[in-house]
Amino acid sequence: MKDWQYRLAEHRGTLTALFIFVVMFVIYTANHPAGFTANVVQTAANKGVLLAFVAMAQTLVVITAGIDLSIGMIFLLTNCLASWLVVGTPLETAFGVVVVLAVGALCGAINGAIVIYGRLQPIVATIATGAVYFGIALLLRPFPGGSVNENLADALTGRMFGSVPASLVALAAVVLLVWVPFSRSVYGRAAYAAGSSETAAYMSGMPIRRGKFLAYTLAGFVAAIGGLFLTFFTYTGDAAYASGNAYTLFSIAAVVLGGVSLFGGKGSAIGAVFGALAFRTIGDLLFVFDLDPLWQPLFQGLILLVAVSLGAFALFRVRNRLEWFL
Amino acid sequence: MESAAPLFRMEGISKRYGGVRALEKADLSIRAGAIHAILGENGAGKSTLIKVMAGVVAPDEGQMTLDGRAVEFASPAAANDAGIVCVFQELSLIPELSVADNIIISNPPTRFGMIDRKAQRRLAEEALARAGAADIHPLALVKDLPLSRRQMVEIAKALARKPRILILDEATSALTAADVSKVFAVLKRLRSEGLALLYISHRMNEIAELADDCTVFRNGSKVASYPAGSKSDEEVIEMMIGREYHNVYPPKPDRRPHATPVLEVRDLSWADRLHDISFSLHAGEIVGLGGLDGQGQRDLLLALFGVLRGLRGTVLVDGKPVDIGSPAQAREQGIGMALIPEDRKTEGLMLPMTVRDNLSFAALDRLTRGGIIDSAREDDFIDRMMTLLAIKAGSLDAPVGALSGGNQQKVVIAKWLMRQPRIILLNDPTRGIDVGTKQEIYLLLRRLADEGAAILFYSTDYAELIGCCDRVLVLYDGAVKRELAGAEITEHALIASALNIGSGETVQQGAAL
Repeated sequence: MKDWQYRLAEHRGTLTALFIFVVMFVIYTANHPAGFTANVVQTAANKGVLLAFVAMAQTLVVITAGIDLSIGMIFLLTNCLASWLVVGTPLETAFGVVVVLAVGALCGAINGAIVIYGRLQPIVATIATGAVYFGIALLLRPFPGGSVNENLADALTGRMFGSVPASLVALAAVVLLVWVPFSRSVYGRAAYAAGSSETAAYMSGMPIRRGKFLAYTLAGFVAAIGGLFLTFFTYTGDAAYASGNAYTLFSIAAVVLGGVSLFGGKGSAIGAVFGALAFRTIGDLLFVFDLDPLWQPLFQGLILLVAVSLGAFALFRVRNRLEWFL
Repeated sequence: MESAAPLFRMEGISKRYGGVRALEKADLSIRAGAIHAILGENGAGKSTLIKVMAGVVAPDEGQMTLDGRAVEFASPAAANDAGIVCVFQELSLIPELSVADNIIISNPPTRFGMIDRKAQRRLAEEALARAGAADIHPLALVKDLPLSRRQMVEIAKALARKPRILILDEATSALTAADVSKVFAVLKRLRSEGLALLYISHRMNEIAELADDCTVFRNGSKVASYPAGSKSDEEVIEMMIGREYHNVYPPKPDRRPHATPVLEVRDLSWADRLHDISFSLHAGEIVGLGGLDGQGQRDLLLALFGVLRGLRGTVLVDGKPVDIGSPAQAREQGIGMALIPEDRKTEGLMLPMTVRDNLSFAALDRLTRGGIIDSAREDDFIDRMMTLLAIKAGSLDAPVGALSGGNQQKVVIAKWLMRQPRIILLNDPTRGIDVGTKQEIYLLLRRLADEGAAILFYSTDYAELIGCCDRVLVLYDGAVKRELAGAEITEHALIASALNIGSGETVQQGAAL
């Protein structure tokens, strides 16, 4: 095999997610009354990036063979916090943004500390911390309300250079400034290695704990970026329990669609981003085909089922049946 | 070998696991620019010895010196830093990462805090070339490589760490003949570069070709060190023999005339792990599987029990060919097979569940009426098993994980006896349990055989094979190399055939050959 074939194989999950997204999006815009216009793209982008940020956050944890069920709640908590703090003069706003991001990172770090140093299972630990984060969000915003620096909000949810959605640019910037450096650092590799085979990583003397801790912390940080954007879109803070849970579950779906293995060690946040965008487009498709919105969950479920089934074919090649259970 | 000052020396190293001693005042000294072979049978302490050297386990007592200075290793990383690198038998590669990632894993080149992938690629290619494996693509994922290539990657990874002492633990066991000769060339070159190499292998011909010095271990202690070539194979075997032997085994009955075998296997092969295995197993017989650890014994048991896919060859039960596709089929009425697994904690028991539940799992279909468990019947069965095996449990409703190792193992056996199996496969059932329980298990096996069961018994303990078995099949490289029967089953014969060297006696070849 040639170099490019190995690179292709490495990125197959990401490319598949990209392909699924492009196909759906083409069908969507082709059937949209307005067609492929800057407006349509901007609306779609603004809907998609929220889930994309949360899915990117989820990916960071999933590659360590963990799972973060508090991720939607960190997203809500930072939304509520932003609706208090990201206001006023540019300096005050900047301070607010920094605090919101720091709180997100702190939430992630707490998850990481509990899972890694407390040796609790990620599912249980993050269900508990998720409830705590939601509780704080509720105290911050018992009722929807608050406000946000509208200049900043409009700049980041509008268009740049006349046609490019600013939210997409922000998403790309986060990928380049957070995900790419992490995935290529020694700690990032340790996180992958721990997800793939923790014993082999230990025997090789890798910094497993710090790698995993960094992954959890960055997950909180990226979820907080999502929380900021939620505030920019809605101009309010809202501790909506159902919404937080939906984001958590959809982020897992997006991660799987994006070719990230829930067993850890494999996949890319870029794939998860496309997975998230594709997942959002499923809903939009129903809209352009004039289907009753009642059908949306069922339809989304079926598409997801088909997409994740593709990953199960490898099991047919297993020669020792005990490997099915590994 | 005493002429040059040793590079590395171990003195009086002891290590115990629970009550079992793995090393007892072990000594070893190795010199630079030489290949030192370690020999010993299963459980002689070889693995523990190198784990101590490589910083994986800490010794209970004793000291190690490197260049004349005392050293202690708290972790594998510490040993690496001192220049001791081990190629482990259980591979330490990370499956989802590429070959290059794995080779450079402990110390990757970085630029601006990120791994420099170009430099990494170059280093990986160098290391692969040094290991004689330049044909492996550095971007390939480790999980996609066959075992023999992975082992080459493992060696390249070790070389990339620039070791002063390189330990190879059965490093050639999965290699093809072509790879072995490449690895040998590499090892000889490393020796000429002044490295000290510690080589552990069960293959006497490899040791004869490579080694400069040899050390034989037995029962966790050094028996002798000698320059390679100064002892005959015969003498080496004599040194390896001598495990303590107690008469804890029930007497063997005279062999009965054979009717149709209960289980017959013809030319069974699987992947590249089992090769043309043929044998038969009769009612009332205990047949042992011998040989060094990892020569295909476990695969054979799993194959018979319907776990492996893609088997070639024929399996006959009561003279009729059968196609066993799963453990559920293997335990069916017409076949009546049971497998007592090796690792009771993962394959035998549901640790948090109760003793009662665990005992019933394999026999639930016999204990139910209309899909509901008949608890009177269940209690009745369980009572019988508890008495038969003398299982000591505080309560039937206690979690099985709370029992002692020996009693847990009894539960695993009892769980299958609930079905009254006709063919019982045992995978090293006495590993890690106390002597008293071992003895009870030997008695039980003989009693089951007397009642008409056919038993296939894999053990890594030669004494057990000698004491319990009517016949022993010795496996080597996934094939039956020799069949020993009755008085032929001696420690000498077992070790000689396990190492695949003719020992002067008439070698009765296995049916497969």
